[in-house]
Amino acid sequence: MTTTRTTRPARPGGRPGGVGRLARALPMPAGAGLARMLVERNITSFRHGWIALVTGFAEPVFYLFSLGIGIGALVRTVTTDSGMTVTYPQFVAPALLAASAMNGAVMDSTFNVFFKLKYAKLYDAVLATPMGPRDVAVGEISWSLIRGGMYSAAFLVVALLAGAVRSWWALLALPAAIFIGFAFAAVGMFATTFMRSWVDFDYITLAIQPMFLFSATFFPLSTYPDALQWFVRLTPLYHGVALERALMLGDVGWGVLAHVGYLVVLGVLGVVGASRRLERLLLS
Amino acid sequence: MSGDDEILLRARGLTKTFGDFTAVDGIDFAVRKGECFGFLGPNGAGKSSTMRMVGCVSPVTSGELRLFDLDPATDGPAIRARLGSCPQRDTLDEELTVQENLWIYGRYFGLSRKEVRSRATELLDFAQLTERAGDKVEPLSGGMKRRLTIARSLINSPEILLLDEPTTGLDPQARHVLWDRLFRLKRSGVTLVLTTHYMDEAEQLCDRLVVMDHGRIVAEGSPRQLIDQHSTREVLELRFDADDHHGHADAVAGIGDRVEVLPDRLLVYADDGDAAAAQVHARGVQPLSSLVRRSTLEDVFLTLTGRTLVD
Amino acid sequence: MALDDPVTRDDALSRSTRGLREPLSATERVLAVVGYHATVYSRTWRGSIISRLLSPVLFMLSMGIGLGALVDDRAGGIDGHPYLHFVVPGIVATQTMWVAWSESSYQVLGYIKWNMGYHAQLATPLRVRDVLAGHFLAITGHLVVATTLFMAVAALFGGFDSWWAVGCLPIGVLTGLAFTTPIFAFTATQEGDNGFNILYRWIITPLMLFSGTFFPVDQLPGWMQPVAWVTPLWHGVEACRAVAGGSVAVLPFVGHLLVLLAYAAAGWLLAERTFTRRLAS
Repeated sequence: MTTTRTTRPARPGGRPGGVGRLARALPMPAGAGLARMLVERNITSFRHGWIALVTGFAEPVFYLFSLGIGIGALVRTVTTDSGMTVTYPQFVAPALLAASAMNGAVMDSTFNVFFKLKYAKLYDAVLATPMGPRDVAVGEISWSLIRGGMYSAAFLVVALLAGAVRSWWALLALPAAIFIGFAFAAVGMFATTFMRSWVDFDYITLAIQPMFLFSATFFPLSTYPDALQWFVRLTPLYHGVALERALMLGDVGWGVLAHVGYLVVLGVLGVVGASRRLERLLLS
Repeated sequence: MSGDDEILLRARGLTKTFGDFTAVDGIDFAVRKGECFGFLGPNGAGKSSTMRMVGCVSPVTSGELRLFDLDPATDGPAIRARLGSCPQRDTLDEELTVQENLWIYGRYFGLSRKEVRSRATELLDFAQLTERAGDKVEPLSGGMKRRLTIARSLINSPEILLLDEPTTGLDPQARHVLWDRLFRLKRSGVTLVLTTHYMDEAEQLCDRLVVMDHGRIVAEGSPRQLIDQHSTREVLELRFDADDHHGHADAVAGIGDRVEVLPDRLLVYADDGDAAAAQVHARGVQPLSSLVRRSTLEDVFLTLTGRTLVD
Repeated sequence: MALDDPVTRDDALSRSTRGLREPLSATERVLAVVGYHATVYSRTWRGSIISRLLSPVLFMLSMGIGLGALVDDRAGGIDGHPYLHFVVPGIVATQTMWVAWSESSYQVLGYIKWNMGYHAQLATPLRVRDVLAGHFLAITGHLVVATTLFMAVAALFGGFDSWWAVGCLPIGVLTGLAFTTPIFAFTATQEGDNGFNILYRWIITPLMLFSGTFFPVDQLPGWMQPVAWVTPLWHGVEACRAVAGGSVAVLPFVGHLLVLLAYAAAGWLLAERTFTRRLAS
């Protein structure tokens, strides 16, 4: 075999460039701007398991057709918390969109990342290349968002065909879903860096399932007593559901920005925390 | 550009601690371009910690480390771009096929798809895996996975290849195939840095090596030099039926340069093993079996540390 | 123990003497397996009980009470009964499916593939049939515990309106077994977790949603109703609901039980075949 030598001259004096210095000033670990390569890796991997890819899309559709039709036939209409009267599928579809964005993002950023981190040792191999921990974090979150975005888009089409979309604002429901996914993926990955074994994942289920069931997903917030209403308003999925419901029903007001703000803060905290913890875990 | 004596890798007072535990305790070494440099030592000697620092995936606690005159603390990615790394445990991507493992890994170095593909074809041939290119990784044999890991670490045409215990866990035949591949690499000019706890591997591959124990370097030189300096030319191995090695050791005391007592045998170090055996018989000592062999690095290690390499 | 003196020892008392040994009875063999699972469970029950109980209780609170308020308000309940009383027996049956799923999928593949627990058992005088029977018995124990606990909690929230509801316990356990044995048979044919993902997402979740747990299946489009009729969960849900409502119509009720029994029995036979192929051939 012939070994071709590509001699890359080092930067004079081995000094870090301006970007490098800036990166070190921020609370961010090193990266080489190669996060897209990890996305490419995940796409290649998923080409072998496309059934799993399709499967991820099915769950919210099942829920929409089951509860939307079955419960919808019983209750006919629902009055939303802002006073709109809508059919039950119209009420529940935005919530399912938000919840599935959360579920997908959390699955990707917790179970899948933990498996790659602890069992497949995937990132050990990645970090032996010029890629850094930030590339890993950004790459995994990006992939999760791409996948979640595809599911959300497909679900929106199904919801539209099922008559569950009432406004052109629904076009913004897709970016909103990606946004919800981002917030949960970031926090999920942060949580994963603290996991010791699979047993700890019970805590994730413990957080996700109640949110799925109680964030004004299947019935309006007004069903709760006042004290509980305030508690529900503190949880992140509630803001995701409220945001999607406002957009898909065309019931948009300034309050939407509060939901967006909540999710931004959550996402930023998650990314900063996850990057720091990943650096400490991987580069010991 | 520079002569063959160009130093690619240099460490001074290199130290790694984990909490209270000192894994690497202030070691100095230098690796020259084109040579094969080895770290020999038992499990837990600090070889892998050293390799991880050299691979720029583990920060240096103190001391100085330079690769290509660059500092891993500030230029990790730039250094890693010129390194190949073959870790102790295969970290192949089991969700991908054999050739996809090479393609994707090449992409991690920022190589173009075209570059990666032609390089992968070459490397599959080198690793004798062309026929398995489209297969999943999981069903491959241990030797094949190891060769794929090495092929993968060569995807970026590295100037230094790091191999952490490259043949641990492989059967003898697979080891020989692998050694042959590493020889070819060395001949093509790649600098090899490897760790091992097999003396035969170190003797086969290394131009120069350091012996490590408890995080320190206890000896340095070529395999031949080390044997000449720290052992006799030959060794007489004696096995007895009973357990009373110390009693037999007393009986053969004074023969050869030195007598080493191991749990299952006695080693008599002497430049002329046959003469030592004759002396043993002359004293009326009746071993179950006796064997004269040449000194190896194992004997060097035993002399230096009083312990065997593989327990 | 007179281990040092094998010759004078009373051979009838011990199976550790040399030579021909008295064979184990079927009961001994199965109880040995149950004993193993009981030992494991005694270590792990704390964590599993909470997570097992939580899911059905959360579903009851969300669907039964939250959504129930909406249904009762808009539709006056279902057939004049409060929605909570409609949905709780459905959840009793559905949670047995979840228990069956979590005990029979990854866990069993673990025994086959990763910790080789079955291989260890089969290297002794135990046969495939004993190993399966013992494991099924142990899971029956899980089902009894989980179902009893959920029913107790549901009763505290007013989920039942008559003592007849106690009858949901055996029906729920039977429903769980109607899932356990077929999933065992499936697991023995699997290599990794891909098949489980597909089974969970395309069978288990849809069954929960379309088997009448949360609304009567006659609300579904006509073509979907026959699908519900062939699934074991619908029969479990209907039988539990009939008992809890104190309105058992004998013929359909017996029919539901027979279907569940048929699933459990067919699954058992299939499981013996797939296990024998995987572990003992």
